[in-house]
Amino acid sequence: MGLSWMAWTWQTAMFFAFILAALTAMTLWEWRVPGGAPRRGILGLDTTRGDRLFISLLGSAYIHLAWLALFGPPLLTATIVSVIFAVAVFRWV
Amino acid sequence: MNKTWNNRAWFMVLPVLALVAFNAVIPLMTVVNYSVQETFGNNIFFFEGVKWFQEVLHSERFHAALLRQLAFTGTILLIEIPLGVAIALTMPRQGPWVSVCLVLMALPLLIPWNVVGAIWNIFALPDIGLLGRTLNGMGFDYNYTRQPFAAWFTLILMDVWHWTSLVVLLAYAGLSSIAEPYYQAARIDSASRWAVFRYIQLPKMKRVLTIAVLLRFMDSFMIYTEPFVLTGGGPGNSTTLLSIDLVKIALGQFDLGPAAAMSIIYFLIVLLLSWVFYTLTMRDEDQS
Repeated sequence: MGLSWMAWTWQTAMFFAFILAALTAMTLWEWRVPGGAPRRGILGLDTTRGDRLFISLLGSAYIHLAWLALFGPPLLTATIVSVIFAVAVFRWV
Repeated sequence: MNKTWNNRAWFMVLPVLALVAFNAVIPLMTVVNYSVQETFGNNIFFFEGVKWFQEVLHSERFHAALLRQLAFTGTILLIEIPLGVAIALTMPRQGPWVSVCLVLMALPLLIPWNVVGAIWNIFALPDIGLLGRTLNGMGFDYNYTRQPFAAWFTLILMDVWHWTSLVVLLAYAGLSSIAEPYYQAARIDSASRWAVFRYIQLPKMKRVLTIAVLLRFMDSFMIYTEPFVLTGGGPGNSTTLLSIDLVKIALGQFDLGPAAAMSIIYFLIVLLLSWVFYTLTMRDEDQS
């Protein structure tokens, strides 16, 4: 059984490769510096690195959807905003 | 005591990982792949980019279904949680009636969704159903197959009948775990019934109630079988909730691309609301 039934495109493959890379990087990070770096950030939430990744990814999804609803494609600006958002989350949340 | 930290134990999780990959991750990846493409069958796909997402976000049909979904979930939560807590408070804590009450409460939970739908479908029929005939006999003009309000009334009544028990059982478990000294202290202070509830019972039930709200939120937000069997989304589109609309698009119209885009947006909404709710409750927990 091949993978053709999953209807792959290179764009979605890139997306999942990115998610996989992020998870691998988080694993390596945790391996080098164990404990997950828990802290209480500006939102008053107790978060670890994993939580911050989750917030970044979920936030990015909503940033892209909001951009699409308000302005439409191309989504490059939304991606840049998401990266800034993710950096901010990892720094302050 | 010295604990041995050994990360190799994580390999024990591999079978679960394989199972979840097979039944959740791979199907979800396929949905993501579908969401950017158009197909006319035969497993031939054409790339469409984010067109379907844009279409769903601007679709009035989607907005209407989402609004109905939020109204439904909000209503049943507002009824089931207070009602469940109230019933749990009146249930006996000891004696032979405990098991009787628990079994009676558990009964609706044991009935399969489609059977619940079928029971209420017949029970509420205006000409031969017990509920429908009684209501019409009392002078109400009630016909859930034609009136949107009657359809909503029946739908909500059915969900309350089916799922309040879950809240009752969880709240009862929370109440049973409160030790007697708390009540003794309250009696010494001659605390009122309300104060006992507000400062002893409610805080002790908080954790299980969080789980109850989360379970009922997610379940009711994804509800399909019961409204499908009861009303089929009608009359008109008045009880077409998100999942019913999704199945209509995916399997009725075979628009896999738009349906996949809609499922992803649907999934993101459930994920966000569950996360916000869980985080807020747990944050209060830590502070108190």
